[in-house]
Amino acid sequence: MCLGIPGQIVALTDPERMLALAEISGVRREVNVAPVASGPLEDLVGKWILIHVGFAMALIDEDEAAATLQALRELGEAQAELDAMAAGDAALEGGQ
Amino acid sequence: MRFAEEFRDPKAARALLAQIAGVADEIGATREAPVRIMEICGGHTHAIFRYGLDKLVHEGIEFIHGPGCPVCVLPMKRVDECIEIAEKDGVIFTTFGDAMRVPGTRGSLMQAKAAGADIRMVYSPLDALELARRNPDREVVFFGLGFETTTPSTALSIQAAAREGLANFSVFCTHITVPPPIRALLDDPHMVLDGFVGPGHVSMVIGTHPFDFIADDYGKPVVVAGFEPLDLLQSVLMVLRQIGEGRAEVENQYARVVPEHGNPVSLAAITDVYETRPSFEWRGLGEIEESGLRIRDRYRAFDAEAKFGIGYGAVAAEELAEGCACGAVMAGRAKPVECPHFGRGCTPDDPLGALMVSSEGACAAYYRYGGARAAAE
Ligand code: SF4
Repeated sequence: MCLGIPGQIVALTDPERMLALAEISGVRREVNVAPVASGPLEDLVGKWILIHVGFAMALIDEDEAAATLQALRELGEAQAELDAMAAGDAALEGGQ
Repeated sequence: MRFAEEFRDPKAARALLAQIAGVADEIGATREAPVRIMEICGGHTHAIFRYGLDKLVHEGIEFIHGPGCPVCVLPMKRVDECIEIAEKDGVIFTTFGDAMRVPGTRGSLMQAKAAGADIRMVYSPLDALELARRNPDREVVFFGLGFETTTPSTALSIQAAAREGLANFSVFCTHITVPPPIRALLDDPHMVLDGFVGPGHVSMVIGTHPFDFIADDYGKPVVVAGFEPLDLLQSVLMVLRQIGEGRAEVENQYARVVPEHGNPVSLAAITDVYETRPSFEWRGLGEIEESGLRIRDRYRAFDAEAKFGIGYGAVAAEELAEGCACGAVMAGRAKPVECPHFGRGCTPDDPLGALMVSSEGACAAYYRYGGARAAAE
């Protein structure tokens, strides 16, 4: 929960609530982009971000995203984050 | 040493290790009289063990593993309070999975869930907000745990709940801040730290200036670092160079992600929603002044402490297992293997102390990567 994970913003979903869809290691998940929104939200589409517990906390470049993801994989943290996202989805359905 | 597989750029790693050794020799660091560098962040602890950096660097450098793992410093009483809320009628208690196995005085959240409480692991407070929207007849409580990296997410979620009038959502705020325990450690007369590797992602939110006091008031170097192995080696080198040149400054090795003044949106949300508690308990370290956050009165409707009448209760003495060395390990005075419970009564599958729970805890990291290695020495 502390290291975060890189992703790429692919679409805006609910601009009012500052929500966008991000692709994270092949998984798509809604994230809040408020912390990185300094201009028009549309400009964020295509950008790489560092996501902490569902919030885009920093804009990064593509190389940084790749290097970070590699380090997270080696630490076993990338899978842990993806598992946590799946658990979150299950929780919404009342499962787990 | 499996350099080629372990490092993306083995050549750069070798060069950094050679430079580190050079400066370490210059300043007279030896195995007997090492330079002690504390990595504050649990993510760094994990990476140091994963890549065996503690063994690769010059023998005159000793890593001391700091208190920067929020799961590891979660007080037992707080776990009890979570369970008390979770057991109330109509409550859906949501938490990051990391907190599920931390033992309280009457067991963990995992055990409370098995006993029937509606406790759900979520990835984000956004999931908890959504649960509150979908279940208007239930009280959804989110366990707000973590340092400055996760604090903005709960602050922004509380602001969102307030805007939407989501009356069945509240946060049980257990956010803590990184600088106060570092000050406490530096004030400890038994502590001999020579420099710090500062937390990258915390600094991404708060910037580098909150660490100025370490350099200005205590004369110790700080280098804010990324968590790739090369980042860490580079940062260790920067700390050593400061020591060698008699400097004490806050340097930013991770400038590609960490802005000097942090993230303005996140900082504004934190200030709007939270205020500092007079003191908060850190497991193993005791009460530390102004180290915790609570929800301001203006957001009282979203404060689980107010909603359920469960305040932050400090305990005089923790009911820790006898001989448990968690506190000494966290202060850098003992190695995990020196704890009588290490690997016996206390393992990652069945943790006795919190340092064994998370992959960022020093004991879990030792167990996973270093236990056998340390025992063989
Ligand atoms: S081995 Fe367990 S009880 Fe001992 S210091 Fe580590 S976490 Fe605490």
